[in-house]
Amino acid sequence: MAQIELAGIERTFTLGDSRVHALRNIELAVSAGEYLAIMGPSGSGKSTLLNLLGLLDRPDAGHYRLEGRDVTALSGDEQAAVRRDRIGFVFQSFHLVPRLSAAENIALPLMLSGMPPAERDARVARALHDFGLESRARHRPEELSGGQRQRVAIARATIMQPAMLLADEPTGNLDRHTGQEVTELLEALNAGGTTLIVVTHDPAMGARANRRLMMEDGAIVDDVPASDPTR
Amino acid sequence: MTPADTLRFASRAAAAYPLRTALMVLAMSIGVAAVVVLTALGDGARRYVVDEFASLGANLIIVLPGRTETGGVNPGSFITGTPRDLTVADAAALTRAPLVHRVAPLSVGNSEIAVGGKLREVMVLGTTSDYAGIRLLDLNQGRFLPPEADKQASAVAVIGSLIRKELFGSEPAVGRMIRVGDRRLRVIGVLAPAAKGLGMSHDELVIVPVATAQAMFNTNTLFRIMAEASSREALIPAQRQIEQILQARRDGELDVTLITQDAILGTFDRILGALTLAVAGIAGISLAVAGILVMNVMLVAVTQRTGEIGLLKALGANTTDIRNAFIVEALLLSLAGAAAGYGLGQAGAWVIRLLWPVLPAWPPDWAVIAGVGTALATGLVFGVMPARRAARLDPVQALSRRGG
Repeated sequence: MAQIELAGIERTFTLGDSRVHALRNIELAVSAGEYLAIMGPSGSGKSTLLNLLGLLDRPDAGHYRLEGRDVTALSGDEQAAVRRDRIGFVFQSFHLVPRLSAAENIALPLMLSGMPPAERDARVARALHDFGLESRARHRPEELSGGQRQRVAIARATIMQPAMLLADEPTGNLDRHTGQEVTELLEALNAGGTTLIVVTHDPAMGARANRRLMMEDGAIVDDVPASDPTR
Repeated sequence: MTPADTLRFASRAAAAYPLRTALMVLAMSIGVAAVVVLTALGDGARRYVVDEFASLGANLIIVLPGRTETGGVNPGSFITGTPRDLTVADAAALTRAPLVHRVAPLSVGNSEIAVGGKLREVMVLGTTSDYAGIRLLDLNQGRFLPPEADKQASAVAVIGSLIRKELFGSEPAVGRMIRVGDRRLRVIGVLAPAAKGLGMSHDELVIVPVATAQAMFNTNTLFRIMAEASSREALIPAQRQIEQILQARRDGELDVTLITQDAILGTFDRILGALTLAVAGIAGISLAVAGILVMNVMLVAVTQRTGEIGLLKALGANTTDIRNAFIVEALLLSLAGAAAGYGLGQAGAWVIRLLWPVLPAWPPDWAVIAGVGTALATGLVFGVMPARRAARLDPVQALSRRGG
């Protein structure tokens, strides 16, 4: 059974008096542990699809089954619990809380889940070690380099051991070299079994994925495994 | 999110914007301090007046000649035009009332006092031996008017402490002869200082037997009669008994006015209490303004931290988590303001007490509790709306904002 199943997903926005069809009849199945890149021009609906997969947005029609459970019908707070336990987000602009240290930023999901501080500290210490951030634990985001910030963000996204990682242009604000490192880090996590879905403009990054979705005008126009010899 | 985490998160957020937090706390503390200081002033004035009256003596009923009440037309109005005078016989009659413990007639006049070559104006009070007990007077030297002098014009006097100081200096006064008006009197006692009451100080008084005073001023009327009820509960019935006795002695017409100290005290207590409340209310307005400021500041905070709220939602915060974090932040600001304001207000009241030592400017407990309570309540009430707005933010739009 697929981990993610989308069926007949529709999403429209109203901008002024015009209606924008952001997603049209999306059908998608993603298995656990897949590495998927969503690509396409600006305004093609990539981000909307990612938000929908991350339960940050609701479809106007259709069904989203996550691990066999229909999550479209859940209430806002139930969806929040699913996000907390099953989904990790990595953003282009990192989205770290500026007044909190690296360790505290990483601990945020654990705090939201109500985990006792002692257990929390142990998990954060392990994460800091795994992501090579031990010496930066007490630094605030403004004192970190871009690569370090994104590593903090990835550590935070994975601290709850989610089933899937959703990354929206994770290397968009980084230089080539650091971007490469971050990409490898995400791929290593994917190799560990976490589903990785990346939205990207960058064809080089897209090419590394095992499967690529090409989107245009809110529809999936192409769905190709990277190993497909015809491409 | 556990309550401890919510508290820590909110306090970190408040601490992250020190200028904003300091200004907010300042505004709130000014409101609370205003309540504390103004009620301290109002209540201090009330206590000052109440203390002044209390020094008159307990359970006191004062009888004045004449009816000052407007009671409409009664049969007596057609018979007599001017009120009858109060006399020593009236005072003596009052001692027959069962609930009246002591009675002192008062005859008052101005005269000159002379000792050796020194001369000064003085107020002479003619009364009886019971006056000292009724007015709780203490003597420094000698004794008060003896009971045997009540009925006759004995040539004795008790002088106030200031008179003694001015006329005798360091010499002993008791036993010396003084001249008051055209009479020579022997000083038999000196009052203790600071026996005061409503501006009329006993320090500058010469007290003589009532018959002596009436002879001195060539009159047989009294200024007033002071009667003391046997207990506080007996005050009202004793008043009725006095009225009955005097009415019987005046052909059925009650042309005297009775004032109880309780009634005066109660009136002043009420007036000044109401004044204190009014002042507290005015100060309360500044608290309401501070509350609106809390709301404004928190609304700005929500806008400022939109990205952060979106992030927290993406990380799995539910609406309760976010609402609580913002309400607790507003409450913390109010709490800090209330605490600072309480300290500021107490300091202000202390300064007032330093500047005017006669004014017991202590803020009443209810005002402190109400001030601090209102501060917290406004923080909570005005914190709810911004917090709800934060909790309702759409995560997708919140995340798309830069910053945070």
